[in-house]
Amino acid sequence: MFTVKELVRPQTLAEAYRTLTEHPDNALLGGCAFLRLGNRKIAAAVDLSRIGLDYIRETEGFIEVGAMATFRALENHPACRENFSGMLPRAVGNVLGVQFRNLVTVGASVFSKYGFSDLITALLALDTDVELHAGGRMPLAVFLDKPYTRDILTRIYIRKDGRAAAYQSLRNSASDFPVVNAAVARLGDRWTVAVGARPAGARLAPAAAAALDGGADPGEAAALAAGELAFGGNLKASAEYRRAMAAVLVKRAVLEVSKCASK
Amino acid sequence: MRIEVTINGHKTALEVAPDEILADTLRAAGFASVRRGCDTTNCGLCTVWVDGRPTLSCAILAARMDGRDITTIEGVAGEAEAFARLLVAEGAEQCGFCSPGFIMTVLAMKRELADPTDDEIIHYLTGNLCRCTGYMGQLRAVKKFLEVRP
Ligand SMILES: Cc1cc2nc3c(=O)[nH]c(=O)nc-3n(C[C@H](O)[C@H](O)[C@H](O)COP(=O)(O)OP(=O)(O)OC[C@H]3O[C@@H](n4cnc5c(N)ncnc54)[C@H](O)[C@@H]3O)c2cc1C
Ligand code: FES
Ligand code: FES
Repeated sequence: MFTVKELVRPQTLAEAYRTLTEHPDNALLGGCAFLRLGNRKIAAAVDLSRIGLDYIRETEGFIEVGAMATFRALENHPACRENFSGMLPRAVGNVLGVQFRNLVTVGASVFSKYGFSDLITALLALDTDVELHAGGRMPLAVFLDKPYTRDILTRIYIRKDGRAAAYQSLRNSASDFPVVNAAVARLGDRWTVAVGARPAGARLAPAAAAALDGGADPGEAAALAAGELAFGGNLKASAEYRRAMAAVLVKRAVLEVSKCASK
Repeated sequence: MRIEVTINGHKTALEVAPDEILADTLRAAGFASVRRGCDTTNCGLCTVWVDGRPTLSCAILAARMDGRDITTIEGVAGEAEAFARLLVAEGAEQCGFCSPGFIMTVLAMKRELADPTDDEIIHYLTGNLCRCTGYMGQLRAVKKFLEVRP
């Protein structure tokens, strides 16, 4: 369990950022689900729940998700259910139980770049931007490649471009971490393929996507995706197994997307 | 620090440490139904409602509950008992340790889902572990309780 000397409840982002960066032992609180598994000694814990980041709204052309929105909110929000063939609710719906998803936050999940993340893989197949308080707005893929800096993820923007999409994951049991996962999307005849839990973080598979743009069949594209990305082994699975299963998941996701009408 | 929370409809002021966990606060305040069965947010035994939503009280800082509304099984005793009778009738309660958290999740599901399928029920209850039963009796009891097709 982590310890906290002082709980700070800023009313503005500027205040939260100031407290966060004042001392290396200060930390932001999301849903605390991950924090509680560690032993961090936090001097000032910055509670982000009074800044108004707990929202999901549709703005012109985007679904805007505040950092403190929970996985469960993402799962239930009409905009998330209706866009992208309902892929976002399906991706986060695998994460433990309802009581857990009512807690864990989108901001902490994306900022932490967890290798096993279901959410990041799904978002990577869409046109997603992240916004950092100090670092500004950038595409998710750019953010994932950046080295860690202390910052606050304030919101993400998902472009409502009418993509058809599908999410696939392999788990040893329903609520376990994914062994490997994949997300595929199509807008017109342009495809996007992302693979995560490799066990490293999600990455795009551009060669597979380009092949699909050119009319390649699902199996061919899946083999390309499995071939162009790096896979590693850990307690859950070997690199070879992950690579083989990634191909299966990508193929299934491509087949699923092929059957969806993209607007 | 001092927080003001509503627990089962009663406004209460509590003195809590900044890193105190809500499950511990509730137990210390006499709500013995709140259990902790794991240390990894995996079992669902500690489920209470925060502003009506089922939440793991083992993962929430009590200090953040200032101004919020908390419901434990003591606050919905009648409805809980009605469901508990169905559980017992199906042989789906053995040691009973998981029951309060499980029942709080089932009662929340009844409010949230209209006419759910087996898959939807199982999906909603996935975060609740039970060491003793095989879940089938629980599913039968839940379906009777929801008055969906057996
Ligand atoms: C047992 C368990 C099983 C899980 N299984 C899965 C799974 O199968 N799939 C999956 O995708 N995820 C899984 N997760 C991860 C989970 O979905 C959350 O992403 C994770 O718990 C972090 O969310 P949180 O809100 O609890 O963050 P916290 O624990 O509160 O914070 C995590 C980190 O993020 C920092 N932080 C919080 N908010 C911000 C912000 N706005 N900006 C910058 N930094 C911030 C915190 O300081 C901390 O360092 C699992 C987690 C646990 C504990
Ligand atoms: S005690 Fe196991 S989930 Fe809270
Ligand atoms: S009845 Fe014993 S843990 Fe569920």
